[in-house]
Amino acid sequence: MKNKTNCKIVEILNLSDKELIELSAKNVFSLSLDEMKAAQCYFKKLKRNPTDAEMETIAQTWSEHCKHKTLTGIIEYREEKCSKKIKRTYNNLLKETVFKAAMELNKKWCLSVFKDNAGVIEFDSKNGVAFKVETHNHPSALEPYGGSATGVGGVIRDILGVGLGAKPLANTAAFCFGNPDTKPSQVPKGMHHPKRIAKGVVAGVRDYGNRMGIPTVNGAVYFDDGYMANPLVYCGAMGIIPKDKIEKKVNSGDLILIVGGRTGRDGIHGATFSSIQLNQESDVGSVQIGNPIVEKKVLDAMLKARDLNLYGAVTDCGAGGLSSAIGELGEKTGVIVYLDKVPLKYDGLCPWEIWVSEAQERMVFAVPPKNKKKIVELFKKENVEAVFVGKFTKDKKLTLKYDGGVAASMDMSFLHDGIPKPTRLAVCKIKEEKVQKPVKMNSADLSKALKAVLSDLNVCSKEWIVRQYDHEVQGQTIVKPLHGANIEVSGPGDAAVIFPYTAAKGTKKGVVLSNGLNPQYGKINTYKMAASAIEESLRNAAAVGADVEKMSVLDNFCWGNPNKSEILGSLVRAANACYDMSKAFEIPFISGKDSLHNEYSIGGKKYSIPPALLISAMGIIENAANTVTMPLKNEGNKIFILGVTRNELGGSVLAKIKNIKNGIVPDVYPKESKKIMKMIYKSINNGLIESCHDCSEGGLAVAVSEMAFAGDKGVKVDIDAIKTKGELTVAETLFSESNGRFAVEVRSENESKFKEIFKSCVFAAVGCVTEDKNVIFESVKNKIKVKEKSRNLLNAWRDTINW
Amino acid sequence: MKKVKTLILRTAGTNCDYETQAAFELCGATAERAHINSLIENKNKIFEYDILAFPGGFSYGDDIASGKILANEIKNKLGDRIKKFALRGKPVIGVCNGFQVLLKMGLLPDPKLFEQISTLYYNDSDKFECRWAYLKTEKKVKNESNCIWTKNLPDVITLPVAHGEGKFIPINAKLLEELNRNNQIVFRYSTKDGGTPEYPLAPNGSVEQIAGICNAQGNVFGLMPHPERYVFALQHPAREGFDGEYGWGKIVFQNAVDFVK
Repeated sequence: MKNKTNCKIVEILNLSDKELIELSAKNVFSLSLDEMKAAQCYFKKLKRNPTDAEMETIAQTWSEHCKHKTLTGIIEYREEKCSKKIKRTYNNLLKETVFKAAMELNKKWCLSVFKDNAGVIEFDSKNGVAFKVETHNHPSALEPYGGSATGVGGVIRDILGVGLGAKPLANTAAFCFGNPDTKPSQVPKGMHHPKRIAKGVVAGVRDYGNRMGIPTVNGAVYFDDGYMANPLVYCGAMGIIPKDKIEKKVNSGDLILIVGGRTGRDGIHGATFSSIQLNQESDVGSVQIGNPIVEKKVLDAMLKARDLNLYGAVTDCGAGGLSSAIGELGEKTGVIVYLDKVPLKYDGLCPWEIWVSEAQERMVFAVPPKNKKKIVELFKKENVEAVFVGKFTKDKKLTLKYDGGVAASMDMSFLHDGIPKPTRLAVCKIKEEKVQKPVKMNSADLSKALKAVLSDLNVCSKEWIVRQYDHEVQGQTIVKPLHGANIEVSGPGDAAVIFPYTAAKGTKKGVVLSNGLNPQYGKINTYKMAASAIEESLRNAAAVGADVEKMSVLDNFCWGNPNKSEILGSLVRAANACYDMSKAFEIPFISGKDSLHNEYSIGGKKYSIPPALLISAMGIIENAANTVTMPLKNEGNKIFILGVTRNELGGSVLAKIKNIKNGIVPDVYPKESKKIMKMIYKSINNGLIESCHDCSEGGLAVAVSEMAFAGDKGVKVDIDAIKTKGELTVAETLFSESNGRFAVEVRSENESKFKEIFKSCVFAAVGCVTEDKNVIFESVKNKIKVKEKSRNLLNAWRDTINW
Repeated sequence: MKKVKTLILRTAGTNCDYETQAAFELCGATAERAHINSLIENKNKIFEYDILAFPGGFSYGDDIASGKILANEIKNKLGDRIKKFALRGKPVIGVCNGFQVLLKMGLLPDPKLFEQISTLYYNDSDKFECRWAYLKTEKKVKNESNCIWTKNLPDVITLPVAHGEGKFIPINAKLLEELNRNNQIVFRYSTKDGGTPEYPLAPNGSVEQIAGICNAQGNVFGLMPHPERYVFALQHPAREGFDGEYGWGKIVFQNAVDFVK
């Protein structure tokens, strides 16, 4: 091949297996031996060595980040439970679990599922809503502020890059960090302190989201030492898109337009680096540098271009940069790209660096030649840089030119289908869970425990974080992340509701966003962790008034090293739970993402993170005004607990605080739980519910206390009236984290109508709202009375995170 | 009847333009979102409008200081027109970043002087804060506000604030005294019953709890809280409002539209 470019030739034709592995490691290709051999074989056929640009393109395209090769590869699964053995082979785990459930459910209102940058469901007759959640874990470990900021920027571009572009309406953010109170001496060498990571990550999400003018409305924060050196940062975005803009089409002859930020050396190897364990030598240069105002300009201008039908396709530059974005758009046609035309931040980049740089705020458009002038003119009027860099061809080849020479020339079919399918072994030995010894506490201990649970890092107020996010910009957040009867008090909302009255004029509908996440359960049982996360996300949405029949979910698996068979085995179980729950609740998955290889090494020893599955739920509410919040409203109203309280302290906050051994991890009973959710929806639409809150971390004692202090009210609960399965102690009843339960407030005059609706569900009237601002839990049978001022409980909940 | 025409000026980083547009439309006006480039291109365009609005956001990323770059750009490229517009007594509003822009170009507190003599500085909490606040409406002129935007409001209302740089500071005590004397202080952060608040009810540490001011004439109004985010009762945390449907913010926009009519 003629080589006048700045490309280097990579010698691979005559390398041994050992040398191929070394080459892959040295260049951060993150390719396996089989993959290196596939590349070698391809170039042997071409009778030449590849250029560096070609090898980099292969590495990016075949990266775990872009190709999800573990979960789409072959998995030999072995499960053992009480000497019962199961064997199963998965040819594509995702297609056989989350995706399969979506296909089988075949919901008419699913408009675009698992095929674009985000999943899209129907909003109304004219619009769809798109939702996507991404992770940005490794960058956030190295550079917390930049890592999380570009995580937000990246997922917003997924929304801009879905179909022909959606208008973002809301962001979400969930994090897992190490304990922020860790002694500095206990932080692994070369790693940031968890508090520094937490503060940096929050600041990054704040600054990018606020400057984009997108409200960050929903999220979760989870603290566990397993995330000390490898935090998890999930960033989500939701947007609205006209139904006739959901499909994109690239035609041969269309021009390739790059819009937005310039290309620099930041974010080189982001995609491939995410598949390598972190250690103190990890390169900060792989973290991108964000500039939200550039992205905001792109957003403002591109939606105008969209509505003028000036382009046929768009996608974002994310992992792998131009190589992924242009490579994906041109997969069926072929492309020719003149890399020397790409606008650069500064001189000195090699062709391959231009091609794989993950510099931020860039979008790629396929523009019919007739609109060439118009579209550039439109971007120019808004001070947005837009430059044509090549075109879509007919030859099904990837051709890169630089200074007149050829930097790369490969077949699209090899790039996209030439990756060998790996086979991995997955093993799961299921341990039987045992009930703990009965947990007995007296009134004083229970009082102490209640305050300790409320102030636990995983229960306590996240107000310090939430208030730094502009969660009300656009004016459409009608169920907010924090609630209070007045400005002086607050409590945690279950889900956010967006009422898109400016984006869909005249609408009455709302979009609900919620999530479920509990890695603590996953340390014992990843099946139950996944099932609980799904149920929790739906429960949160149901608590504000969502229709469970109109809900959809996203999966985000963050796991350790999948080459270890036990770790992969625990992932297979979680994926199976996703399939089972999706089918049982009839809730389709519409999109997802996985981040594997969350592993770090300290002193040569490798550690994988505790597995985490974030489930993010989105649904449509027919009448946004028919939603409720969690603060108690009026004295004299009745309190009901819906659902069964079981002896399920496994993985609970109480078990952690009290160091309780054993315990059953909360299970999910889909039939029971879905029925209650449907009845809540019915009751809210009939105006029968004043306030509603889901019982999750910390159990029902926490849920009822939060309702009281957020409402600036008192509450009296008769513990003996709570419906339990079997005999539970008072502590078990109050702090068990059984799924499927809600605390609701009902006016006395509505009590009979309310009871009529719930007659076939398990529920009980357990108390009432009182005037005296005391929270009281009483069991006459056990001679227990817990009495605390609701303001004191509020302070216990509020004071933990006040940085 | 004649349609009242509103111009909503936007640039890179503006982000409250859609809800501001919706608020004016709700009050019966037309509202056009225009990029500053289009106004610089056609300098007399602003005189086609009755009301001028500077919405919230992070103009040019709030680099240097919040609103500063846009303030300079407007002053240098459109200054004489903007000044004329204000001095003609037409309603002008700046919310949040828009307020920062008005102060930094000097259209507030005195459009005749047209020089920066006050600022909005970093919150005392040193962080961005998004929360609801009680606001006391100053009613010193026949028990009514001196500002055309804030007539017909109850003594204390609530509005959301969302900013990192909202601490109002006048250049000296004399100016503060003038603002008080000329009834230019429109809103102060307060407690529920109109008393003097402490953090977080005083969200930023403003001098004399000042949340919004107007010019002496009362037609140019700037405030940190967001009236456009509370035009429906549904937008209030506890769904409070008037006529069962609307929020207090709507009255602010309605006043300006009615004033033009």
